[in-house]
Amino acid sequence: MLQSKSFVKKTRHGKVLKVVREHYLRDDIACGTISCTVCDNSKACLSSSSGQIIVFDTNVALHQIGLLENAAVSNVVVLSLVLEEVKNKNIGVYNRLRTICSNPSRNFFVFSNENHRETYIKGLAGESPNDRNDRAIRVASKWYHAHLGPTSKIVLVTDDAENRRRALAEGIVALSVHEYVQTLGNAELLDLIIRTGSEEAQTTGDAEDLRPSKRKVIYPEHKLMSEITSGLHKGIYHQGKLRVNRYNGFEATVSSESIGEEILIQGRMDMNRAFDGDVVAVELLPEDQWQANSLGKIAEDADEDDNEEAVGLVPDVAEAVTDTVAAGRAGRPRGRVIGIIKRNWRQYCGSLDPMLNSGGAGGFVHALFSAADRRIPRIRIQTRQFANLVNKRIIVAVDAWDRTMRYPAGHYVSTIGDIGDRDTESEVILLENDVNNKPFSKQVLDCLPPLPWSLAAEELQNPNRRDLRHIRVFSVDPPGCRDIDDALHCTLRPDGNYEVGVHIADVTNFVLPDTPLDEEASKRGTSVYLVERRIDMLPKPLTEDICSLRADVERLTFSVIWEMTPEAEILSTQFTKAIIKSCAAMSYAEAQARMDDSRLSDPLTVDLRNMNRLAKIMRKRRIDRGALTLASPEVKFEIDSETHDPLDVGMYQIREANQMIEEFMLAANVSVAEKIFGHFSQFSMLRRHPVPTPKMLEPLLLTAAAVAVDLDISSSKALADSLDRAVGGDPYFNKLIRILATRCMTQALYFSSGDLPPPEFHHYGLASPIYTHFTSPIRRYADVVVHRLLAAALGLIKLPAGLRDKALLTTVADNLNYRHRNAQMASRASVELHTLIFFKNRPTDTEARIVRIKSNGLIVFVPKFGIEGPVYLTGKKDTKDESDWIVDEQSQTTVSRDGKYRYKVLDKLVIHIEVVEPQPNRPKLQLTLVEQPNA
Amino acid sequence: MDFISPEGLRLDGRRPLELRQLQAEIGVVEKADGSATFEMGNTKVIAVVYGPREVQSRSQQQHDQALVRCEYSMASFSTGDRRRRGKGDRRATELSLVIRQTMEAAILTNLLPRSQIDIFVQVLQADGGTRACCINAATLALADAGIPMRDIVASCAAGYLNSTPILDLNYLEDSGGGPDLTVALFPKLDKVSLLQMDSKIPLDVFEKVMNLASEGAKAVAQFIREKLMENTKQLVLAKGR
Repeated sequence: MLQSKSFVKKTRHGKVLKVVREHYLRDDIACGTISCTVCDNSKACLSSSSGQIIVFDTNVALHQIGLLENAAVSNVVVLSLVLEEVKNKNIGVYNRLRTICSNPSRNFFVFSNENHRETYIKGLAGESPNDRNDRAIRVASKWYHAHLGPTSKIVLVTDDAENRRRALAEGIVALSVHEYVQTLGNAELLDLIIRTGSEEAQTTGDAEDLRPSKRKVIYPEHKLMSEITSGLHKGIYHQGKLRVNRYNGFEATVSSESIGEEILIQGRMDMNRAFDGDVVAVELLPEDQWQANSLGKIAEDADEDDNEEAVGLVPDVAEAVTDTVAAGRAGRPRGRVIGIIKRNWRQYCGSLDPMLNSGGAGGFVHALFSAADRRIPRIRIQTRQFANLVNKRIIVAVDAWDRTMRYPAGHYVSTIGDIGDRDTESEVILLENDVNNKPFSKQVLDCLPPLPWSLAAEELQNPNRRDLRHIRVFSVDPPGCRDIDDALHCTLRPDGNYEVGVHIADVTNFVLPDTPLDEEASKRGTSVYLVERRIDMLPKPLTEDICSLRADVERLTFSVIWEMTPEAEILSTQFTKAIIKSCAAMSYAEAQARMDDSRLSDPLTVDLRNMNRLAKIMRKRRIDRGALTLASPEVKFEIDSETHDPLDVGMYQIREANQMIEEFMLAANVSVAEKIFGHFSQFSMLRRHPVPTPKMLEPLLLTAAAVAVDLDISSSKALADSLDRAVGGDPYFNKLIRILATRCMTQALYFSSGDLPPPEFHHYGLASPIYTHFTSPIRRYADVVVHRLLAAALGLIKLPAGLRDKALLTTVADNLNYRHRNAQMASRASVELHTLIFFKNRPTDTEARIVRIKSNGLIVFVPKFGIEGPVYLTGKKDTKDESDWIVDEQSQTTVSRDGKYRYKVLDKLVIHIEVVEPQPNRPKLQLTLVEQPNA
Repeated sequence: MDFISPEGLRLDGRRPLELRQLQAEIGVVEKADGSATFEMGNTKVIAVVYGPREVQSRSQQQHDQALVRCEYSMASFSTGDRRRRGKGDRRATELSLVIRQTMEAAILTNLLPRSQIDIFVQVLQADGGTRACCINAATLALADAGIPMRDIVASCAAGYLNSTPILDLNYLEDSGGGPDLTVALFPKLDKVSLLQMDSKIPLDVFEKVMNLASEGAKAVAQFIREKLMENTKQLVLAKGR
């Protein structure tokens, strides 16, 4: 094995510094063909007999990764040289390429040509590195040909004409990407090819926009990277992530650390081809151009008529803050983008805009693509199958955005399904929120215990597992819940105290660290709940059977058991693994009915009542400490079991039983958080809820002041008290204020305790100094981590290596935050989708409340359906003419010019909801004013 | 960073359990009593031994055993960025001590009372694993000087990156943030004379890495033995002529 020749590679590094590295060449690198008799073919996946073997160069990988991802391309040799170059140029493409290579069904083999004795070449004098690499690729192709014998067919795919010419001269079959795809004989694949400039000039004559005479420079030039760096250094430019306004694609903000404030960027010109999420360099505009008009319109730019605000669900937490703040303050710094430091391009879901003359079939058509994500500009793509695609949801990737192009150029990637079809639209929601709903892989499923699972005898012998089967344990969950991860018990002890237990499914007993199952769960991070289905974090047998604490079966749990006085003071806390046998799996409604039915006095009902009494005391104590009671307008759909169409919609009802369960879950989480933090002060996975900044609460205060409610935001306690005092004329008023307050809150976050000082651990909403998630390991990965930490703290297991690594734990926490947020967005989008389906055949008049005043309309909230959207006061076409309405920002009122109509924030009004289709197959919800109360 | 590709190759083309190429030359400094250069890949060290000779300062003389001294230094041209490196800095002092203790354990000091042995070690080119390379070079130089030893000392380093134990780290891997564990042992006696590591790793991983480093050291010992045999043969031939 030590057979090696030493070579020396010289590379330049940073300054003028010579780096010498050894480079060992080997003779034990396999060629990867199954039929090869010489090489070790234990990892081989290429079949030389069935057809050609493909070799491609770096540029093909960089530009045509979408094509390579298509299953039609297989039997491919990926050279390590190509991988290395791709890695240096674009890490995203590199990761995608690696994913293909690791998929055994794709037959992509990585050949380490740079370390192979016969395929390594030294650069010649005067040869550029690019030429050397091209030659290395040709040498490797030739080696394969020689190695596999004359019957083998090796095809080099490259778009470099010079390289092709030389390859042919050396006797290698070389094709361009276009030629290669044609040999595959699949027209759809041709759309996947990205046209690079040189290729396009050769192959197509119809590129009307590309003729020099028609090329008009639209956008200002991006500055050179060197200029940007020096400008950033001098403080002329500012760097930050561009965040496009969710409601207005022409407005964006860049939060820059260098000036400590958000820079507003308005209009396509100033955004200068930047996408949402791109890291950009911004130049500030002169101060006299800073925005003076304070109330933004609902939609800004008039030259694109479809860009008004959409009706949607109410945002949960502070997402909407940026744009309300943006609108609310005068004199904010404005800037324009002068360069893009890092692109955030991904693949986008959406649909093609219909065109009048869609061209002949089969010919190239330039079409415009509108993404489902409204923050993304339209993308121009070329397609041969316009007629096929126009009524489909498709995925498109962005390739380039030149100064001469009004819209970025992209290419078609794949089709999801028909527009308007519920499954397709759900798929779009999942894709847009980066939710993985692929079935679990075989490796993952192999980690599951054999089915049917039943309690093994050795578990009963396990001294660390307490047998609690004799105890009356029960669970309370939403109706139809299959993944029951918590159960409780509450028994009166002889001494008058209570023993209260919270039993959580022992998921970590089945999901062992460093298994494919664990990795998959860690990547998914959370289960995602859509209206009509659930995307599981763990495979179904675990979620619905083995871990689910169903009634009348023996299940393994991780339990927290307290001894409590009748005043709900915790005397002692015990943590233990246990075996339980639940006696009842109730829904909230059932549990509530039992507690309320005075005729019942069976032991289970008595337990429930005792618990409820304790919970009420605990809840009161928590609220006295300053926990906020916030409200969210959650809605619930009644779904037809056959068609899965929504039948009815209404606000989610919160009962005492819900609050009772919630109270004990909170208590368990706090107890566990204290325990694990006590043992692992550096590696605990905790959850914090940062205090909202005064700036975030500004819109709330503005609204409150307008309706003469005095809110004290000095602490969560003060806010909670002043929210309690805020009672207006009608019963819903208080809830509305709470909903508005909820929206100003920050998002709660997972974090690793080693990353922050303890005072930052505070959970604002719950007014708890420390908090974590322990109670739902079936559907949240954070809880799985916490279970392991707790088990290690109790000495039951060794702390897995992954949890001892501080940096790794931080990345896990970051991923969980990302997944958690996406899951919430996906759920909301799903509810929005179903709202749309619901209203399709049911135009409705209903009551709404004004939540915000804009210069050309009102933003209203419909409590009954939990939706929020704009109502236009001025006609849509005369957006320029604002003079009909006078807006008073201070009191949040708008009065019509003739004084006839007057609207104030939080006012009640009646609106009409219906689904309209301004363009075929593009349904949307429209709110219009029905009754206009007089001033 | 990926230190091992999914194909199982390290950045320089080795597999995780492979040593770098070893090279050694004995008797490179005529004037000295013993000398040798030792190369592990791009790490190159020269060791020069003077002694046994009279103790220079009387007060340090030991009546029952020899005094062993060691001086470690790093040539200013040994790394890419050219900078003068002292021999009195913390790192050099520590390394001098480590090498001295390791070699002292090998030398039969009680056979040479009231005498002094000086070992000078200088790194000519540094590319990770200097500690192990210095010890190997010192062994060869001591053997060249004809100083009686219990056994030869052979040393090798191992680390743990991307959840894989890897042998004989080069500079790039050394700066990868993982543990760097150096083992020196007496191959015939099968005893460890040096075990050094500055980072925290779980015990089970430590055991794997330590075993790997010992295996590496044994392979190095084999190489040293061959080199010495070769050298001795040449000496015999020279004498016979």
